[in-house]
Amino acid sequence: MELQSRRASTAIVISPNGRLDQEHADSFKQALDPYLIECKAGGAPLVLDFSAVSYISSVGLRALMLAARQVKAQGGRIVVAALTPIVREVFEISRFNLVFAVFADVDAALTSLATQA
Amino acid sequence: MKVRFWGTRGSIPVALTAPQIRAKLIAAFTRAIGQRLDNAERITQFVDHELGFDIAGTFGGHSSCVQIEAAPPHSAEHLICDMGSGARPLGQEMISRFGVAGGQTYHVFMSHLHWDHIMGFPFFTPAYIPGNRIVIHGCHAELEHAFRRQQAAPSFPVEFTQLAANIEFDTLRAGETRDIAGFRVTPKKQLHGGDSYGYRFERDGKVVIYTTDSEHKLDNAEERDGFADFFRDADMVIFDAMYSLADAISVKADWGHSSNIVGVELCQLAGARRFCMFHHEPASDDSAIASLLVETRRFEEITREGAPLEVLTAYDGLEVVL
Ligand SMILES: [Zn+2]
Ligand SMILES: [Zn+2]
Repeated sequence: MELQSRRASTAIVISPNGRLDQEHADSFKQALDPYLIECKAGGAPLVLDFSAVSYISSVGLRALMLAARQVKAQGGRIVVAALTPIVREVFEISRFNLVFAVFADVDAALTSLATQA
Repeated sequence: MKVRFWGTRGSIPVALTAPQIRAKLIAAFTRAIGQRLDNAERITQFVDHELGFDIAGTFGGHSSCVQIEAAPPHSAEHLICDMGSGARPLGQEMISRFGVAGGQTYHVFMSHLHWDHIMGFPFFTPAYIPGNRIVIHGCHAELEHAFRRQQAAPSFPVEFTQLAANIEFDTLRAGETRDIAGFRVTPKKQLHGGDSYGYRFERDGKVVIYTTDSEHKLDNAEERDGFADFFRDADMVIFDAMYSLADAISVKADWGHSSNIVGVELCQLAGARRFCMFHHEPASDDSAIASLLVETRRFEEITREGAPLEVLTAYDGLEVVL
């Protein structure tokens, strides 16, 4: 998967797209890995802009959990923003909304990261 | 084929408390306001069809015990999955149906030997009746030891040797299909502390899968495909949906249980017809289990690609005809 990324104020915004399912979760994680390595204490936090993600399955959620675990261990920060309605429902049913920082949109994520920096 | 649930709670039996019953009564009377429930018939209609099951009933508290019946005419051979505390009311039902004359054979299939899956056996009255035969099937080498030890002093007043029924142990092997009491039975090894085994039961063109205390790691496509094959075209999959997916792969990883999400995904992959959530978290009350059912049905709906998968949640007393 090709990940679009851009620098926005102090954070890096990454935009995956399509379905994060059995078929695509691995390539998503691989594409994300270089960003995860850099996401550590004092570095730029990551915002995953999910506005173009149409679906996420258990395997995709697991990839997200692994990413969060790695970043946390390094002292960095990673958040998710702009879930589409279906993905938002999957987050709620799987309780990922309780363990992952989720923001309504990218701006809200950036504001929160800026004030907590 | 008919499946009867006698115990559906995970890890330890639970009972409704006085505050929980009070809350149900208050919820019921509140909903009754303005309903003109002035005769028994209207009251019954209201309780059965307008109050939700989480208010009017309860999912129940016995630990794992599920009975599988072939279509009538019934023989004197019975199939049971696990001997959790639900085995006590099951035993009572068997006594009231068949009396104390003996002559019944009970085939018990053990997922594993944790307490919540064996604790009902010393209270399974048919084991005390001469002339009954009980065959305990399982894949663990310690099968017989676990049943004998449970009743040894100082943990229980009646020794295993004092049970009057003829009790046999039969070791099965994962992946090997056997014909037992008219059913084709295939065990499959599962990920759980000390291992557990799921069972695929086939008879008269119907298939039921009993797969409890089973964690799914999600990082292994081969493992996933193996379970999809095991569940293939099942009429019902009785599935350990104890945790949320988030818990199952984070704080409760390696605790040996699975989630509603993974259960639905595997059943969809397998082309199963019904998904039945089982081994309920002891901390979940009736309203939590009822909401989980609503959410899981919604998840099935938004992920549906082929034929719909019927989503159920087990409760003590539920009967499903396949
Ligand atoms: Zn259990
Ligand atoms: Zn167990």
